[in-house]
Amino acid sequence: MELALAHETIARWQFGVTTVYHFLFVPLTISLAALVAGLETAWVRTGKQKYFHATKFWGKLFLINIAMGVVTGIVQEFQFGMNWSDYSRFVGDVFGAPLAMEALIAFFFESTFIGLWIFGWDKLPKKLHCACIWMVAIGTVLSAYFILAANSWMQHPNGYTIDPVTKKARLTDIGKVLFQDTTLAQVFHTLTASFLTGAAFMVGIASYHLWKAKRRPERTDGRQIASMRTSLRVGLAVAVVAGLGTAVSGDTLAKVMFEQQPMKMASAEALWDTQAPAPFSIFAIGDVSKGHNSVELQVPGILSFLAKSNFHDAVPGINDTARAEAAKYGGNPQDYIPNIFVTYWGFRLMMGFGMTSFVAALIGLWTTRKRRFLAPEFRTGEEEVPRLMLTRTREMGPFLTKWSWRIGILTMGFPLIANSFGWVFTEMGRQPWSVFGLMTTADSVSPNVSIGMQIGAFATFTALYAVLAVVEVRLMVKYAKAGPDVEEQPPAKDPTLRGPSSDEDADQPLAFAY
Amino acid sequence: MQLHDVWFVLIAVLWIGYFFLEGFDFGIGILTKLLARDRAERRVLINTIGPVWDGNEVWLLTAGGATFAAFPDWYATLFSGFYIPLLVILVCLIVRGVAFEYRHKRSEERWQRNWEEAIFWTSLLPAFLWGVAFANIVHGVHIDQAKNYTGSFWDLLNPYAILGGLTTLVLFTFHGAVFSSLKTVGDIRLRARALALKLGLVTAVLALAFLIWTQVHQGDGWSLAALVVAVLALVGALGVLRAGREGWGFALSGLTIVAAVAMLFLALFPNVMPSTLNPQWSLTVSNAASSPYTLKLMTVVAAVFTPIVLLYQAWTYWVFRKRIGVQHIPAEH
Ligand code: HDD
Ligand code: HEM
Ligand code: HEM
Repeated sequence: MELALAHETIARWQFGVTTVYHFLFVPLTISLAALVAGLETAWVRTGKQKYFHATKFWGKLFLINIAMGVVTGIVQEFQFGMNWSDYSRFVGDVFGAPLAMEALIAFFFESTFIGLWIFGWDKLPKKLHCACIWMVAIGTVLSAYFILAANSWMQHPNGYTIDPVTKKARLTDIGKVLFQDTTLAQVFHTLTASFLTGAAFMVGIASYHLWKAKRRPERTDGRQIASMRTSLRVGLAVAVVAGLGTAVSGDTLAKVMFEQQPMKMASAEALWDTQAPAPFSIFAIGDVSKGHNSVELQVPGILSFLAKSNFHDAVPGINDTARAEAAKYGGNPQDYIPNIFVTYWGFRLMMGFGMTSFVAALIGLWTTRKRRFLAPEFRTGEEEVPRLMLTRTREMGPFLTKWSWRIGILTMGFPLIANSFGWVFTEMGRQPWSVFGLMTTADSVSPNVSIGMQIGAFATFTALYAVLAVVEVRLMVKYAKAGPDVEEQPPAKDPTLRGPSSDEDADQPLAFAY
Repeated sequence: MQLHDVWFVLIAVLWIGYFFLEGFDFGIGILTKLLARDRAERRVLINTIGPVWDGNEVWLLTAGGATFAAFPDWYATLFSGFYIPLLVILVCLIVRGVAFEYRHKRSEERWQRNWEEAIFWTSLLPAFLWGVAFANIVHGVHIDQAKNYTGSFWDLLNPYAILGGLTTLVLFTFHGAVFSSLKTVGDIRLRARALALKLGLVTAVLALAFLIWTQVHQGDGWSLAALVVAVLALVGALGVLRAGREGWGFALSGLTIVAAVAMLFLALFPNVMPSTLNPQWSLTVSNAASSPYTLKLMTVVAAVFTPIVLLYQAWTYWVFRKRIGVQHIPAEH
């Protein structure tokens, strides 16, 4: 008994650590691919240098990031078999299908076209080159879709039967796996959250350069400012739209979740007893996991709203739900209660960190607005740092200005933190189930893998990932700080697919090489 | 032929594609020490696979995903059973991918040297371990009634498996040498060809021993045919290489891999993982397979998307068809 417990615990830790780590890179990849594609499209269509430099600059950061996303993904593909073999045997028929589709449809797409994009600057006509990064962007979205369909099936199994002979899950309707409301809501929420993440990242780095340029105008090239200024505006606009989308989709997801996993909703609020109307607490002091909170700041009715779209309906509490589940599946009510401390705080930190970036972007979008809403004397040129304007004629004072730019920089990583907490909440709130209502996490582990091997693997991945984190962050900082290389020029002639026409060209160095 | 047989063939095709493509990628990684004389030459080698290595690796991910979908028990038994070798392979693939992407991002000597060292070792180890893994799959391992592997890590390192590992290691290095003679110009191209001829001879000895051992142990008529094709292709590759025909040489070294891996799968069929404890407990194409619904669904998906993948991957090779030499390598910054 003791041993089985340890088995499960280590496997869970490994899955949690490797997956959350993978998901630090994923949202940046998804959003930066599309943002870079947008910038390159702007360059191809307008021919403006600032777009070219922005494409190159964000492209470099994107590549540093995607390299880590790809290699950490490989572990994900195989660890179901390594640590969760009983799970794999039970669900493979259903769960394997979206995973295989992801590889065949999305991964090939991404990985092939990213190679063309990286090495193709002097080989592909620029329109085709631009199409390649769009392909990558589409690939990342497809990849997210399929894997989230797989995850949604674990949250809410659908479109399957249990085989009477083998007692395993069997797929009966792929449409119900790919298009059930859980999948759609989760995809919508994860994608919007991803775009908020990439946009905040862009805003942060652009703010860094613009604030530096503001303080030392003589040391900055106007062309750098131009490309960072555009990036700032793009980042702010995307962050606002994506932030709104995240909130709307989060609300949808909460309603879906309330129907399908009432325990998760109750534990998100640490709502021990059924209440009508159910409040939402901004924070609580005391021990939420003991069932009594000493100090709480509550907004009445909000939980009812999240669950039911009105401010008065009852939301079942943890105790009632646990009793109901125990009656349905057997065992103790206690067995059906997830870690309330983690779910309660995970939910709040997700919303808190993510929405802070959204609010910051909203303010930023207003204060850096363009000419039309400004008195003429406050308008700035393309190659100047924008003034932060409160009203038509009122600029922020030096103190506010300083802190506004700083907040832009400081909130850069907030959505990344929000994403991690969102996943920890989602996955831990589902416990004790790995497939909700069908299979528990304890029954999912590989029975034949020894504790020693598990610890070894977990230690190996954790150590390796820690080293790589240091390497990657340093590289990011180095390239982010350097800013766009404004001396770099696009190829003089638009390349043709037939290759260089004359013999001298044949010995030209490659535009890009490892 | 039933659907699960079709899927056995498809999984074999995915692994064959993987070994054909990443085979030369691993070979290139190993040759950065065996063939290249200085950093410029190492960069030439690495850049011959630069645009394509990631796409090649996805063949492995697809093989894994497809096994999960079509033969869940095979996926579960294999990856939980071969835990430690797989762990080593995963670590190598992680470090290797990062090494390709990050090596040129800083100009410090130590930084570059460390990543180059990493590229060599993380290409060498998987090239060896995949051979070990496949030899064990074909030969059979201790699998109990509940379909779980009960042997230890050391059981996987039996003489037959080690011979298998050495075979894939040298075969991939040979394939990589042929590939580099096809993709480079100048001095390095000539040395690549000369090295390929030598490696080809070593490969011939090892592969013959390994394949004949396999054939004697559990071969049939079909596997014998594949064995003969593999041997003829290898001999042919050496012949045309000597005559300086690198394109044909690459086609034939590729065919050697295709035929050799096909032979392993033919020897395996209809098992997917035989049990050495009790033949009753072996995993077979029928008792490890998914339901007909899933197999049919995945057949449709594979039939639509595999040709598309092949088309755009082939196009990539065409776009980057030009040979490269030291003169094409831009200065580092
Ligand atoms: C920038 C990131 C971010 C932000 C600002 C939010 N979320 Fe979120 N949330 C995620 C990032 C995220 C996530 C990491 O992407 C998750 C994990 C699984 C998923 O589908 O999305 C998630 C999960 C998740 C779940 C759990 C779904 C389940 O278990 O089935 C709910 C109910 C919400 N979110 C609701 C919200 C609400 C009401 C938000 C605020 C307005 C909100 N989220 C903001
Ligand atoms: C990338 C986003 C994801 C993150 C960050 C994430 C996070 C986590 C975390 C933190 C755990 C540990 C839970 C615990 O210990 O209580 C976990 C468990 C797990 N997750 Fe997820 N998850 C993600 C996506 C997925 C997806 C897409 C799947 C399936 C396709 C999945 C399947 C699992 C499984 C099998 C476990 C182990 C069993 C369990 O503890 O529930 N996860 N995940
Ligand atoms: C546990 C489940 C997961 C598995 C098995 C998995 C598997 C993988 C693999 C194997 C790769 C590398 C592909 C390549 O070589 O190109 C990868 C990359 C990627 N994954 Fe995951 N993944 C998981 C979770 C997620 C989730 C939840 C998302 C998105 C919502 C996601 C989105 C992506 C994207 C966009 C990429 C490509 C770009 C990048 O690597 O950053 N993955 N994943």
